Amino acid sequence: MTLLSFCEWLAETEWSIALHESFYMYPLIESTHVVALFLFAGTIAMVDLRLLGFAFRDVPVSEINARILPWTVAGAFVMVLTGVLLFYAIPVRTYQSLWFRFKVVFLLVAAFNVWRFHRRVQKNRVVWDSDERPPRSARVSGAVSLSMWAGVIVFGRMIAYNWFDCDRPQSDFVYWLSGCIVELADA
Amino acid sequence: MSLLDVFESLEQSGIGLLIRESLWLFPAIEAVHLLGLSVLGGSLLMVDLRLFGVGIRSRTPEQLVRTVRPWLVGSILTLVATGVPLFLSEAVKCYYSYSFWVKMSALGAGLVYTFLIKHPVIRYGAGPGVQAVIGVLSLAIWLTVAGAGRWIGFS
Repeated sequence: MTLLSFCEWLAETEWSIALHESFYMYPLIESTHVVALFLFAGTIAMVDLRLLGFAFRDVPVSEINARILPWTVAGAFVMVLTGVLLFYAIPVRTYQSLWFRFKVVFLLVAAFNVWRFHRRVQKNRVVWDSDERPPRSARVSGAVSLSMWAGVIVFGRMIAYNWFDCDRPQSDFVYWLSGCIVELADA
Repeated sequence: MSLLDVFESLEQSGIGLLIRESLWLFPAIEAVHLLGLSVLGGSLLMVDLRLFGVGIRSRTPEQLVRTVRPWLVGSILTLVATGVPLFLSEAVKCYYSYSFWVKMSALGAGLVYTFLIKHPVIRYGAGPGVQAVIGVLSLAIWLTVAGAGRWIGFS
């Protein structure tokens, strides 16, 4: 079973169709996804600004982590829940969306950056916990996080636009990137 | 000249036309608007969480207000600078959009509340109960702005 056929199967399920056709449910989930940026992206930005030494310079990094990151996790929970539902409502088109694919790549890099920060960068945190300007490795983590999550937000917004959809004429490169099945091209 | 006339001429303004005729401009400005929204959310939450007693407890709410001010003001300026052109490109649609008026009212309330009520109350010093109330109000107003703002796109 390919991912595409899985998405096609998803799209035929009763709840996916109901969600897709719903008058209020889809916009409500979509709005929750956007408003949750407050909690999720907002807290991430504040932690990153601390790591970069741009804000909260007098607050130890450990305190920001302990006090703010649980809220980021709560925000991530809302994001994933609503995000999965949004995907579930429109599986095939989203799977073949160039923007969605970019978003996933950036999401994976951002996730790797989180993992790397907690496993590696923070190992010697006691040494620089209260530094107004954390060491280079921590600042790089903050900068990577800010730029990757910004990309995730921008690409996420672009999914709504159909410029690169499979049902429109595209270059072969875009067809390939989006995983489009091009029947006419083969004929 | 009615308000609708004003909105109609705003939509015919150079910036409005430019954005409407471009395929990319509206989405691009919108994306920056969302980035501003994120920073706004973070700046608000750093203070509001503290007002609930769960944020950065080693600092007073007043200290946090001062620390986040550049980011709060900067994000609001970004949101206005991107929001105005978005509005200009579809002013007439906004005129007939219930969400638009809810959002603008909430935005006005949010600005007045944040800078003329919330921050002065924090500076004056308030007990935990009052702090929690002003934190809840802050989040309620700004979440309304964000939610109604998103809803303009659905109408």
